[in-house]
Amino acid sequence: MPEPSSQKIPVTVLTGYLGAGKTTLLNRILSENHGKKYAVIVNEFGEIGIDNDLIIGADEEVFEMNNGCICCTVRGDLVRIMDGLMKRKGKFDAIIVETTGLADPAPVAQTFFVDEDVQKNARLDAVVTVADAKWLSDRLKDAPEAKNQIAFADVIVLNKTDLVSKPELAEVEARIRGINPYAKLHRTERCKVELADVLERGAFDLDRILDIEPDFLEADDHDHDHDHDHHHHGHDHHHHDHGHGMKHYHDEEMQSLSLRTDKALDPTKFMPWLQNLVATEGQKILRSKGILAFAGDDDRYVFQGVHMMLEGDHQRKWKEDEPRESRLVFIGRELPEQAIRDGFERCIVS
Amino acid sequence: MSEFDPGEVPSIASMTDQIRPVPLGMAVTSVHFLGDTAHFIGTEENVAIVGGEGEVSQTPVHGGAILCSVCDGERIVMGGDDGKLVALNAKGEVSTLATDPKRRWIDAVALHSDGAVAWSVGKTAFVRPAKGEEKSFDAPSTVGGLAFAPKGLRLAIAHYGGATLWFPNMAAKPEFLEWAGSHHAVTFSPDNKFLVTAMHEPALHGWRLADNRHMRMSGYPGRVRSMSWSAGGKGLATSGADTVIIWPFASKDGPMGKQPAMLAPLQARVAVVACHPKDDILAAGYSDGTVLMVRMEDGAEILLRQNKGVPVAALAWNAKGTLLAFADEDGDGGLLAF
Repeated sequence: MPEPSSQKIPVTVLTGYLGAGKTTLLNRILSENHGKKYAVIVNEFGEIGIDNDLIIGADEEVFEMNNGCICCTVRGDLVRIMDGLMKRKGKFDAIIVETTGLADPAPVAQTFFVDEDVQKNARLDAVVTVADAKWLSDRLKDAPEAKNQIAFADVIVLNKTDLVSKPELAEVEARIRGINPYAKLHRTERCKVELADVLERGAFDLDRILDIEPDFLEADDHDHDHDHDHHHHGHDHHHHDHGHGMKHYHDEEMQSLSLRTDKALDPTKFMPWLQNLVATEGQKILRSKGILAFAGDDDRYVFQGVHMMLEGDHQRKWKEDEPRESRLVFIGRELPEQAIRDGFERCIVS
Repeated sequence: MSEFDPGEVPSIASMTDQIRPVPLGMAVTSVHFLGDTAHFIGTEENVAIVGGEGEVSQTPVHGGAILCSVCDGERIVMGGDDGKLVALNAKGEVSTLATDPKRRWIDAVALHSDGAVAWSVGKTAFVRPAKGEEKSFDAPSTVGGLAFAPKGLRLAIAHYGGATLWFPNMAAKPEFLEWAGSHHAVTFSPDNKFLVTAMHEPALHGWRLADNRHMRMSGYPGRVRSMSWSAGGKGLATSGADTVIIWPFASKDGPMGKQPAMLAPLQARVAVVACHPKDDILAAGYSDGTVLMVRMEDGAEILLRQNKGVPVAALAWNAKGTLLAFADEDGDGGLLAF
């Protein structure tokens, strides 16, 4: 019997490049008086100055699954640790997995989708990325890991904002938004952030796909031109202003792509298209999400994915006053934008 | 696979009225016999010992989760998330065999019939022979399982990418048996001819040790968490499917090119299996709480425990095969004397 998701233990994945402030945030989470107990899976013992017998050292072993899918990697050590932690069920309320600064968040996230036993007991809550306001712009140029972590994030804690000027802050935010306009972004000093903003986000909960992301649509509005009128984006541009006065950067390597239509989609065309897309381009697609209006279906269909893994379900009835609009977002590396747009167009009921 | 619903087959033989209920009062993961005394291993901290009159007493062994346990009939050795390797003997004496200086988890343990003990911490496997010096071996990745060969001081270490065979007392380079994927539990056939691992994906992998020929044993819907050799090592009974899957190992080719026996189908996953030490019968515990006794020759079943909803976690025979102990994950246990 699968346990209802509310009884599953939430798991927050904490990433961030070296020195961004992951340990500061972790210490804040553990020391704040919230009445909750966290099991923390860390890579370096001793960094955390808090006595807690539920701090577990991990080895960050990334394994390929034997299913023929090369981007289907999991954290083997995490499978083992989760197994052991479940023996102490009831002794903690949530789990935080800290990755090393150079880690790709995908294998951690995928562990929670692929492994049957892990999935039975725990649910991925959100990927939280701590970023250094002063150095992130540089790291995005020279460290692919940093870019990955930003692209993958549900929540970005932009830390050390006191060390940069206002224009510098605007610059780094624009660079983040150029890669991932959908993550919740919080500006902090010394990782001072409301814990409710980083924990219990339900970012992978299909039922909350919209509730937790009111910017899901709006976030795209300020780069509306960019979205629908792409021809002026040559390869020579670096930034340009939009109507809202916000700098916009287009990252040459990592982009987000949003699609929408107010016409109904044909599920017999859309589902095979989406499955084929992630099967063939899944290595490039880090995250995907969508809310779909199918022809002849009164229910909203929602999906989300990590690389080649997709999960989707009917969510609820469309409300009377709600426009029946389909929206999809892909965040990834060198996305074949035109092919995706064309493929999507062909799924629309004409 | 035939459909089978025990609810519609009232004619199944039952011994449920002969079970002595043993309420353990704690969540358990396994059970071992020291002599005729059942010792239930808790998920955390304690071992519940069932006395001759059915009374339960708890003995503290660890300061946290008990991650692994093994028994040779003389003692139970356990590893915990408190970084301790602990032994419990039939007198109820608890001794600490090793303590990890960094309080890292003890993930796996194995016992040799000559008294040697092996355990693992992360990537490192340790062996302490009955006599002589403690030795260690660093596997290429975290150790998934350990098993001593039935003959000689030889340890199998399962890890990512295969298994390593190590003679701790010999200078020779350990032998690496390669097979892609993550390997967890590992077991030698009692005749020392085969090595079998339970993999992270729902499959077993085997090697014939004479020539390292591969044996793929797949088709399970779920991961195999329990393996038990039948009397004499003729078959390997396994969990992971909605029938007990028994791979034939009687011939020199093992299960190569053969179909396994599929016994005792239920509409629930087999969670744990325990073969009788002398006769060709086995006990099987299911994810819905059912416990069956099954004759391997013809699959005849006897119901020992009704489905109560909670998965069976612990199941073991005593060495003579006269007692069977079981419990579900919540600690609702039972004992049956034959």
